[in-house]
Parts: sequence; structure tokens; C-alpha cells
Amino acid sequence: MEGIRTSDLSLAYDREMIIKQLGLSIVSGEITTLVGPNGCGKSTLLRGLARLLKPQTGEVLLDGKAIHTMPTKQLARQLGILPQGPTAPEGLTVYELVAQGRYPHQGFFQQWSDEDAEATREAIAVTNMVAFADRPLDTLSGGQRQRAWIAMALAQDTPILLLDEPTTFLDIGYQLEVMELIERLNRERQMTILLVLHDLNQAARYSDRMIVLSDGQVVADGSPHAVLTQALLAEVFKVRANIVADPDSGSPVCLPYRAVGAELIATPRPRREL
Amino acid sequence: MSIPESVKEFPRPGWVVLRARRLTLSVRLDRRVPAVVLTLALVLLAALVLSVSYGEYKIAPLDVLRAVAGMETSDPNHLLVVRGFRLPRILLALMIGAALAASGAIIQGITRNDLADPGLLGINSGAGVLVVGYLTFAARPNPALFPWLALVGALAAAGVIYALAWKRGSSSLRLILIGVGLASLGGALISYFLTKLTLFNAQQAYVWLTGSVYGSTWSEVRLMLLWLGVLLPLTFLLARQLNVLNLGDDLATSLGTRLELHRLVLIGLSAGLAAITVTVAGAIGFAGFVSPHIARRLVGPSHEGLLLCTVLVGGLLLVVADLASRWVIAPNELPIGVTTAIIGAPYFAYLLYKRGR
Repeated sequence: MEGIRTSDLSLAYDREMIIKQLGLSIVSGEITTLVGPNGCGKSTLLRGLARLLKPQTGEVLLDGKAIHTMPTKQLARQLGILPQGPTAPEGLTVYELVAQGRYPHQGFFQQWSDEDAEATREAIAVTNMVAFADRPLDTLSGGQRQRAWIAMALAQDTPILLLDEPTTFLDIGYQLEVMELIERLNRERQMTILLVLHDLNQAARYSDRMIVLSDGQVVADGSPHAVLTQALLAEVFKVRANIVADPDSGSPVCLPYRAVGAELIATPRPRREL
Repeated sequence: MSIPESVKEFPRPGWVVLRARRLTLSVRLDRRVPAVVLTLALVLLAALVLSVSYGEYKIAPLDVLRAVAGMETSDPNHLLVVRGFRLPRILLALMIGAALAASGAIIQGITRNDLADPGLLGINSGAGVLVVGYLTFAARPNPALFPWLALVGALAAAGVIYALAWKRGSSSLRLILIGVGLASLGGALISYFLTKLTLFNAQQAYVWLTGSVYGSTWSEVRLMLLWLGVLLPLTFLLARQLNVLNLGDDLATSLGTRLELHRLVLIGLSAGLAAITVTVAGAIGFAGFVSPHIARRLVGPSHEGLLLCTVLVGGLLLVVADLASRWVIAPNELPIGVTTAIIGAPYFAYLLYKRGR
């Protein structure tokens, strides 16, 4: 398995170039997180990697083959994506939703096989949604709903899963629940996971690798320890921050204390040494 | 991956799976579907018999059944009244309802908007513009041409709307906006034409525009049956595609649908189903919009069962509307389009009210 690779990839909305000639490769079996300030192009890049956006130049290769020319159903058995804030029709139950993940494995006449039933059941069990299987999605909490969507992506049974800000708008407890589920999928099923996250500390806590984007370019790429530095936070996120080690996991945690540029207008307070 | 033992075998009573191994055919249906379909079918049958038996010339339900089967009844006129006059129009109403309902379910599915209606594809206005325009500008208009003009107008309008909504890929929102825009343009054109018509032609145009099954013939029934026989099975086969499109463009793509192709085919089916009803009966409103709603309440939003129930609900709705049209101001009758509007408009208002809260 080579994983996903891009060469000379440029992505645009209308005429505005968002991602410029990007070369990147995602290693199989890892959790990779795309982070960056608002408007840096991280979601755009994710959409490009999932063939939801056609490249202006360059290509995205999956195991050496260009995804935009691959039959879409074949790609759908390799790569699943959960977009940001998906919506389901009113009254759709969790089971019905998850069952739709089986779409790329079904035929025109053969619409529901034993494998489909088994994969759907398993996806619901793995995401701890058994108790809610018959509940309409619109009656669930945000966290349960997000787990249902992840279950749908799991039923698709792809080795690679892309997620666009899966924890945004969730309460902190639900956020961790979702991140722990993602971690489990990676560790126990060796799924390759690429996600866009807003929260840097969450990204650092759960990722094998972080890629920092700024203005459509990769500005840092590596382990969370290597990437989360004071210099990078100042340059890319425009904050002065302390980096400390998470007492639980040892992963880096950034504690921002001032916006860059604020020095000019505010008198610096004496800093307590850590 | 580790799954707790307790949930490995969790029961799945909620689904009925139909499988014919020889044909490698399998479909998954919501558990409510068989009972709902059966009930709807029985009610529909009862409504059909009641409808045929009702009229200026009353016929007992048992005699209706005998006459339909071609058996002798107490009155030699029964055979003529039932098979000659009433059955064709009632069967036509049934099939129009089924077609409009399926068309509405498709358009609501692909636009992800359950207030959408086949009229959104410009079917009614396209057909109307051509028919009323023909009445206005032809020296001696021939009513026999109406169906063909209507068909051409309906399909052309759907094509134009789809083409205009295309901007590096179609989008359901653009489809709705352009559909609404063109529908009002068509309405304006029709009103303009109507002002230029002679009184006789204007009356003819009005009856056609409101939709009517008065004076239907067996040849129309056969035409309709042929179209439904082709378009409905195709629609049922695309139920899963509709389910997936209903999750939005991104997920539909991610799950491996050929988004543009499927959307085009489904729009074509929806337009075709609605267009054929316009050609045989004129523009009948609301049935295409109301029926999927009722069906969704009965069996949920998954299209495998929903389409089946929608078709039955639509058929039932128009059979009842036709019966009501003949009954309320008997011995005169209302155009069926007026009756469906009387039933449908308050339902629409109710939905808007409920949504607003």
C-alpha cells in the first residue's frame, strides 16, 4: 500500500486559487491531521484528495493511480470521506443511514447481500450505536449523530478514511469520544486516517503526523513534537504560546497567551517561568 | 476489531429483505412496507369500486365487479356505463396520480427539498405555453395536437431548466431557483396568450390548464399504461441512488455514485412521468407534492419502500379526487385539478406552518 500522493496539485474555487502546486504524501496506516488558520485551504485540500473538487493542475494518486480518472465506485471502496456537517433526510434512522454506506459494494439488482447486513451491523456495534439503531437521526445528540455518520463511513469498509472537522460543534466529552473512536479504528483496523482539525492540542494528542497549511502551502510537516513549536505558532497562527507536555500522554500542548502584534498596543505583563 | 459479546448478535427486526437468488435480485425494505402496501392496495381497490359505482346512474358495487369482469348483470346498460364511460377515466386518474406521485418523490429526493413539486421542472408551464400559444396563433387549432404539444413543451422546459442550472456540474439549489423563475415566466406568457384568445378557445385553454379527466378514452389509458410500464420500474431500480443523492452531493460522490449521470437520469424520469400526465389530462397540481409526504409518514424516507407507497398514495388520491369532482356539484363536475388543489393547498399551508414553528 503506497497511500495517497499528490504532485503539483492546485485546487481552486471559482477563479480563486486555494491550493498551489502542492506535493504531499500520506503514509498508510497513520493518523495524519491537517491543521492551519482559517482559510488556509485545509478543507479544500481534503476535498481535493477525496475527488470532491477537480484539480486545476496536477493530480492525486492512490496507490499510483490518478483518482480523478478512476471509476468512482471503485474509488469508493478504497476511500471514504465524511464531509463537515452532513445532513440526513428527516426521519432517517441510524440503521438506514449506516446501511447506505454499503452503496459502493452493491449492484443494480443485487441491492442487499448478507455481507451488507453484516458490515452494517458491525459498523453500528463498533461505534456503540446499537441502542440507537432504530432511532431517527434527528432525535439524537450531536455526539451520537456524529458517531452514526462515522458508522456509515465504516460500513463503506474502506482502508482510508478522510474526515473534515469531525469534532467541530460538539461538546468536549463528545469530541473526545469521536477522537477515541478514530484512534481505535486506526490502531485496531490499521485504517489510514486523514482529518482536518481545528483544535491544535487535539491534533497533537491523537495524530502520528501533523501537516500545517498556511495560504495553500505546507509550512510544517512531521510528528506533533516537531511541528508544534513556538516559532511556528507565532508565524502561522499569530500567537505567542508556551508549549508544555500533556501530563497524561506526553504529547505537546500549546498554551497561547497573546496575539502576535498585541505587544505593540498592550504593556507586557511579567511572565511566570514554567 | 473488538466488539462486546453482548452486541454481536443484536436483533434486526426492522427490515424485510426480499431475495430471489436465481435472479440475483435483492431489496431491503422498511418493516412497515408490506403492511402499508397491502392496506393501501385494499383501500385503493375499495375506492375504485365505489368510484365506478357512483354517478348519475348508480350501480351496485357487486354489479360493478361483474361488469368489469365482463359478466352479465341485471341491467344491460351496466356494461356500457362501467366499461365504456367510467372505467377509462377512473383508471386514467389512478395512473396519473401514480405518475405524478413518483415524479414528485424523485424531484423531492434529488433537490433534498420536500416542498419541491414536479412543476419545478417547468413541466406544467412548458406544456401550457405551447398548448395555449398554439391555440392563440394557429388559424384553426386542432385539439388532437394538444397532447403532443404538451409533451414537447414539458420535456423542452425540463431540458432548458437543467441546462441553465448547469455550471460546471448541476446543483439542486440552482435547479430550484431557475425552476421557480422559469415557471413564473411561463405563467406570464400563458396569461398574455389567454388575453388574445377568443372566448371559446380561452375556455378550452382554461379547462386544459386546470387539468381534467373528463371524456377519457381507452386509448389514453393504454398510452399511459405503456409509459408507466417503462418509467416506473426504472424509477424503482434507482431507489438506492435516490437515497444516496438525498445525503447531499459530497456524500453521494464519496459513496461512488456517478452524480451527474444519476441526477440527469432521475430528472429525465421525473420529467417524463409528469409530462405524460400533462399530455393526457392537462396540468394537475399538488398530487406530485402531497403524495410523497403522506407516504414518508407511513414508511419513512428510504426510497425502496417510499416509492412504492408514494405511487399507491398518489393513485388513491386522484381516484378520490375524481370521485369528489363528480360528486360535490353533481350533476355537474369540477375539473380534477381544482379538486386536487382544494385538497393540496391547505396541506401545503399546514406544512409551512409546522415548519415555521
